[in-house]
Amino acid sequence: MEAEAAKLLGAGIAMIALAGVGIGMGNIFASLISSIARNPSARDEVFGIGILGFALTEAIALFALVIALLLLFVF
Amino acid sequence: MHSPVEQFTIKALYALSLFGYDISFTNSSLFMVFAVLLSSGFLFFAMRPASIIPGRLQCLAEMMYEFVANILDSNVGKEGKPYFPFVFTLFLFILFSNLLGLIPYSYTVTSQIIVTFAMAFTIFIGVTLIGLFKHGLHFFSFFVPPGASKPLIPLLVLIEVISYLIRPVSLSVRLFANMLAGHTMLKVFAGLAVMMSGAGGIMVAGSALPLIAIIGLTGLELLVALLQAYVFTILTCMYLNDALHLH
Repeated sequence: MEAEAAKLLGAGIAMIALAGVGIGMGNIFASLISSIARNPSARDEVFGIGILGFALTEAIALFALVIALLLLFVF
Repeated sequence: MHSPVEQFTIKALYALSLFGYDISFTNSSLFMVFAVLLSSGFLFFAMRPASIIPGRLQCLAEMMYEFVANILDSNVGKEGKPYFPFVFTLFLFILFSNLLGLIPYSYTVTSQIIVTFAMAFTIFIGVTLIGLFKHGLHFFSFFVPPGASKPLIPLLVLIEVISYLIRPVSLSVRLFANMLAGHTMLKVFAGLAVMMSGAGGIMVAGSALPLIAIIGLTGLELLVALLQAYVFTILTCMYLNDALHLH
């Protein structure tokens, strides 16, 4: 295989990480919604934690993006 | 047309060199100076009346102060008080450099990995030193999870040490990648709009679609800019808590 093709394939494969991130983010918001539905008075407290979880999970997707960009432009 | 990553190039505005090192004043340094001047200027002008019944600006400044003070208090507790000035400065610097980057034709300081890595690594070294000074050699008990069974301890210590050492990398890459991805995405959509309007025919009318998308994405980027400043601050507080209280 040519190096250029392998690079493009590698960058594409790196993006499989998004599957895990999708599952994780869905989990966070599902539990956020159900916890607010069970106890609406805890909304303010739980919402902040949920958004923090969202930001930390989103970062995983961006790690994968950085790896893909490294493969494409640096190596 | 420029490429979407053109915005991240560093240009020297005033060439300087010291002992053979290039220490030019660049557009990155210019926007760092802007962030520092804006944040300190904002606090200075907002708090100048220092009245008991605050005006709008003073209210905003006090809310920011209380926001960071609450983060520090709920994560670290009373022992965190001496570190408040550092955490507040960090929050304001990241917030203002993220927000300044959203202005068209400006430069996003936090979109360079070296800037965020320098901040994260400074925090990492500082926090480790605080832990070492406070607990002495007892600090290393941090790497042994409480209640772990004896045969598992070597493996767990290895995992804990790696996860401790990877902290500055994950902290810096999180902020940097968010800024890089967001700004690249905005420029990709802008490029799409330009290409569609240049194609002629029905595509010209369709070029309104990416423009509308840019408006929505700018709102999202505003949220990300605020959120990442918050996340960076809260993680700094968590690391500080680990160093001060171990487990």
